[in-house]
Amino acid sequence: MKKSALSDPFEKARLEKGYGKMNDQDDPVTMILGLKEVRKCAHNWKTFQSGATPGRIVVPSEVNIRDTRQIPFEVDPPEHKGYRDLVEPWFKRPLEADYQRKLRQQMDEIVDEVLKKDTVEVVSDFSLRLQSRALTLLLNIPYEESEVWIGWGTHVFRSEDTALDGDKANILYDYIDEQISKAIETPGEDLYSMLLASEIDGRKLSREEVKGVMILTFAGGRDTVINAVTNSIAYFAEHPESLAQLKEHPEITGRAVEELIRYFAPLTHMGRVATKDTEVCAHAVKADSRISLCWASANRDTRAFENPNEIMLDRKLNPHVSFGFSTHNCLGATHARQIMHTLLISLAEKVKSIDIIDYKENIEELGEFKRKVGYDHISVKFHA
Amino acid sequence: MAKITFITTDNETITLEGTSGSVMQLAVDNNVPGIDGDCGGVCSCATCHVHVAPEHVEKTGEASEIEQDMLELDDHANEYSRLCCQLEINDHLDGIVLQVAESD
Ligand code: HEM
Ligand code: FES
Repeated sequence: MKKSALSDPFEKARLEKGYGKMNDQDDPVTMILGLKEVRKCAHNWKTFQSGATPGRIVVPSEVNIRDTRQIPFEVDPPEHKGYRDLVEPWFKRPLEADYQRKLRQQMDEIVDEVLKKDTVEVVSDFSLRLQSRALTLLLNIPYEESEVWIGWGTHVFRSEDTALDGDKANILYDYIDEQISKAIETPGEDLYSMLLASEIDGRKLSREEVKGVMILTFAGGRDTVINAVTNSIAYFAEHPESLAQLKEHPEITGRAVEELIRYFAPLTHMGRVATKDTEVCAHAVKADSRISLCWASANRDTRAFENPNEIMLDRKLNPHVSFGFSTHNCLGATHARQIMHTLLISLAEKVKSIDIIDYKENIEELGEFKRKVGYDHISVKFHA
Repeated sequence: MAKITFITTDNETITLEGTSGSVMQLAVDNNVPGIDGDCGGVCSCATCHVHVAPEHVEKTGEASEIEQDMLELDDHANEYSRLCCQLEINDHLDGIVLQVAESD
């Protein structure tokens, strides 16, 4: 097995039953594994809701560490649409030329920086930095603010020994509270101020709602982007020919981004709560119990993907669900895709090869399954 | 060369000419409202959904199974639905009319 590979621990269960089971803080989860079924359940928000108790659709559950509802993520239609329409144009800003130019500048700068170093711990010295700096563009706030977020370390919610860390989460929540207060006092051109000035159904968004959007923007875009970037670096370390391919054929960059995101599926799965007794894959699901939509498994479904366990950078048909599917599909996808696109262009241009020196994998424990989602740390040397 | 006409959800008619690439790319390059092409054309996002004019279905041919599976769960899909990133521009498509589909 190559160091950069992410195996598919779900294959057997997907083929034999179509679902798997895991326990999580005495609130068990039935994981849905096939592409078609995952899509169907994601689409069926009436039976499988997101608007449950805040934190409950996340696995591991965050019910015990937060009360704020994340918006639009933990809201079902029809209310979902009002929120989504409100924020969607803002989250499309990464399509603007100026945004892309600034992102490119950030990327070239950090790639130049790591090329000069002897060894680089990718997770904290590269991915976290680049993710944090890019987020200043999405929020439209000064670049320097990224230093604060970099200072929090790699996991806002997770610490070394416990998957869920209330203290760490509080750092983020307190920070966001403070930023909202500042934006109320002196409104600017940033996302906080835009939200505070917004109306929904003829009324202003409440402070709690603004907080709900901001927490999600920070939390949803952190580990996911860090894993996507770190895994990509590991992949290119073992496949220098892919860097050469991208350099020679930059026109495949878009496809390469989708393929890397399919294969790495940075968000393994996301939960839903059943609103009634029902059935999935001929398996009974009780009202008020949890299922999860396992994007990572669905992306390896041989019924839709040829050689799913291989990275084919120019894969043409790639109906992956790494960014979710239907109502709640990823709002940050435009930003995430732009980061990956810029990363690939910059690497192909500047980097010849990468050596992996040392690493520790980050393995998620999901009941009967163990899935590698990225690295706790990975040290490499970049060569120009 | 193919002339391709888009009718937007606001009933605006936009006629474009293309020689190669996908219909989605042509639409995105010319800012046709309602065709976003988020996934760049790999059949993963369904933001390039159009309804082919019934009399032109013959020109576009049938959707692949993968494309059909994507469309199946789209609330605005009908028998004339296509994801236009899966339509390669060639002379055969000359003159087709595509109605941009509603989105949620
Ligand atoms: C490669 C990086 C990313 C991946 C793989 C990813 C994955 C996902 C997935 C699978 C969902 C669907 C969740 C569900 O159905 O319940 C989702 C939703 C969401 N993501 Fe991302 N995400 C990424 C980056 C980001 C970024 C950068 C942001 C923002 C800064 C973000 C913000 C959101 C939000 C706000 C939602 C909820 C949308 C809604 O409920 O309407 N994501 N993401
Ligand atoms: S552009 Fe994404 S499915 Fe057509």
